[in-house]
Amino acid sequence: MKLTGAQIVIESLLKEKVDVVFGLPGGAIIDVYDMLYDSPIRHILVRHEQGAVHMADGYARATGKVGVAMVTSGPGATNTVTGIATAYMDSIPLVVITGQVPTKLIGNDAFQEVDIVGITRPCTKHNYLVKDVNELARIIKEAFHIARTGRPGPVLIDLPKDIQQTKADFVYPDEVKLPGYKPTYHANLRQIKKAAQLLARAKRPVIYAGGGVIYSQGASEELTKMAESFYLPVTNTLMGLGSFPGNHPLWLGMLGMHGTYTANMAISCCDVMLAVGARFDDRVTGKLDEFAPEAKIIHIDIDPSSISKNVRVDVPIVGDCYDALKKLFKALQNTEENIDWKEKHHEWLTQIEEWSREHALAYEQPPDGPIKPQFVVEKLYELTGGEAIVATEVGQNQMWAAQYYKFKRPRTLLTSGGLGTMGYGFPAAIGAQVAFPNKLVLDIAGDGSIQMNIQELATAVGNRLPVKVAILNNGYLGMVRQWQQLFYHRRYSQTSLEYSPDFVKVAEAYGAVGLRATKPQEVEDVIKKALSINAPVFMDFIIEPEENVYPMVPAGAPITKMLLGGTVLV
Amino acid sequence: MRHTLSLLVENQPGVLSRVTGLFSGRGFNIESLCVAETIDPQVSRITLVTRGDEQIIEQIKKQLNKLINVIKVVDLSEIESVEREMALIKIKATAEHRAEILRMVDIFRGKVVDVSPLYYTIEITGDAKKLEAFIELMKNFSIKEIARTGTVALPRSKKTELRRN
Repeated sequence: MKLTGAQIVIESLLKEKVDVVFGLPGGAIIDVYDMLYDSPIRHILVRHEQGAVHMADGYARATGKVGVAMVTSGPGATNTVTGIATAYMDSIPLVVITGQVPTKLIGNDAFQEVDIVGITRPCTKHNYLVKDVNELARIIKEAFHIARTGRPGPVLIDLPKDIQQTKADFVYPDEVKLPGYKPTYHANLRQIKKAAQLLARAKRPVIYAGGGVIYSQGASEELTKMAESFYLPVTNTLMGLGSFPGNHPLWLGMLGMHGTYTANMAISCCDVMLAVGARFDDRVTGKLDEFAPEAKIIHIDIDPSSISKNVRVDVPIVGDCYDALKKLFKALQNTEENIDWKEKHHEWLTQIEEWSREHALAYEQPPDGPIKPQFVVEKLYELTGGEAIVATEVGQNQMWAAQYYKFKRPRTLLTSGGLGTMGYGFPAAIGAQVAFPNKLVLDIAGDGSIQMNIQELATAVGNRLPVKVAILNNGYLGMVRQWQQLFYHRRYSQTSLEYSPDFVKVAEAYGAVGLRATKPQEVEDVIKKALSINAPVFMDFIIEPEENVYPMVPAGAPITKMLLGGTVLV
Repeated sequence: MRHTLSLLVENQPGVLSRVTGLFSGRGFNIESLCVAETIDPQVSRITLVTRGDEQIIEQIKKQLNKLINVIKVVDLSEIESVEREMALIKIKATAEHRAEILRMVDIFRGKVVDVSPLYYTIEITGDAKKLEAFIELMKNFSIKEIARTGTVALPRSKKTELRRN
């Protein structure tokens, strides 16, 4: 059967069981949109292409499926770049289809022409320019395969207009042939045995779990089982939050620049570290040569290039987190000596408890003072029963959300960890709401970040996606202001946002609901009211303008050197 | 340390750009680079010379392996291999110097491949050290232009052969 390229796109998406595409049409993708018109695939029309990619990303993070975005050539394509780079840094499976000028015009500086394959080469897992309609089905098949397997990531397909219009036989291939792409899923048993021996001898072990545990189906359960069975304390990276219950007694909190005192002390004093699905990011390690100085390090990751990139590893294990953790569990059960794990780690766990008692996360909410952002996040946690899917923007709002919303399950936190993209959270929340229309989806935002994709309010209202946005409004680009306060002598260069709009009126102008709290007593009512409304809501919390995120490790310092709100610890 | 990497890649547009982009984007060095089709027209070989400590070389190899179009990466510095490079050197050859230049070309087993009233163009093949030694000698005369191919290399064992199924 002969189909046009545009039809092949739709048929292939159906073969991949794509139920929703996020996008915005234009001249160079109009043929595919024409075919979409009659297809069963749902389309969410965005107001800016960056929003489309973040929505596809939020959809992918919340579901584990591949998110799909579709845009036109030129500016449509360049607008996707931030979204693609965000997904790339956080290993999110996406397929982004961009229209392109007809093949004959490529390279001629045609109207709305841009070399998007060239531009996105360093921020995609792979990308394609389709030059022959006969290759289209194979390319789409490969794109989905590459996006979702191994270490996941975004794949871009650039599709010239004439290819969309040309006919070819449509056969969707059953399998892919990629001689240069064979991800390793199965962990090497000899390495697992070495890891087990290290852990069996450890006196002060710590598990350092990252986003890989969330992306690997079943790994989170294995992690919890292992921690509980062998009394291993667990700390999470930002990306790993939700891979281990945030209310578990063995949980140390997040580590790194804004990690808890307990987590940073534990990682610095441990003798064996089991790193799983994490990549030793600079925001985690702080000063590299003083990171975990006494630790033997076991590192499980599906991406070999993540291993020994920043930190030298003693036992590298390449493989899927689930597979490796499952094998390691068995190996630990079968260690030769009969180990009483509880007794073996008793002293260490007592030390950890002591650290937690000494310096727990803390803030004070004066009853008549301005609202504290931490108080808002705690109330959100309490009133949602910790059951919401929470997206965040980037900056202070993100760190307070990470510290005070205790994520219990994988895929409940959607946050731009690697690239740190302001404007990510709101569209990501919309994407998650599309996937789960009946779940509660929150975006914890700042007054700076929310303005970076605020236009997507129209998308939320138009598609009846009742996302709830909590704006922690301090009138500043808060995290930069915090750095300026602490490290640049309070010279607040260009961080004050004095001319922000009235967010309640903005919400109302778009047909959403706007609520505001200016006093601590109003916080609970505003949240309760927002949760009772089946429509998008902006909650504008006017918070203490100069509240800081603590603990804080200054950039480049060792992670034991935490600022705990005034005092410096060495 | 200097490493010669031999890469088998899919012979497709954009592959070279992915490889070089990886080097520039991650701050790795390329000393020389050579690309051409292999006996299988769908596969090209890239021979690449780079420098770095052990950790950087390991990272380079892992990152190259991550590229979808890269089929195989072999570090020839770890195994026995043969390396060759060719240079074309255009040199001012006045009557008084011609005999001496020819003698040296002969010693280095080079060839004069073009002669004009004023110039010789010399072809010389060998490993990088031999080429450098020859170029150094030729500096006593007046070198007008040089074109070097960069290193090509093959292992003496079967390491970089492709098993096709």
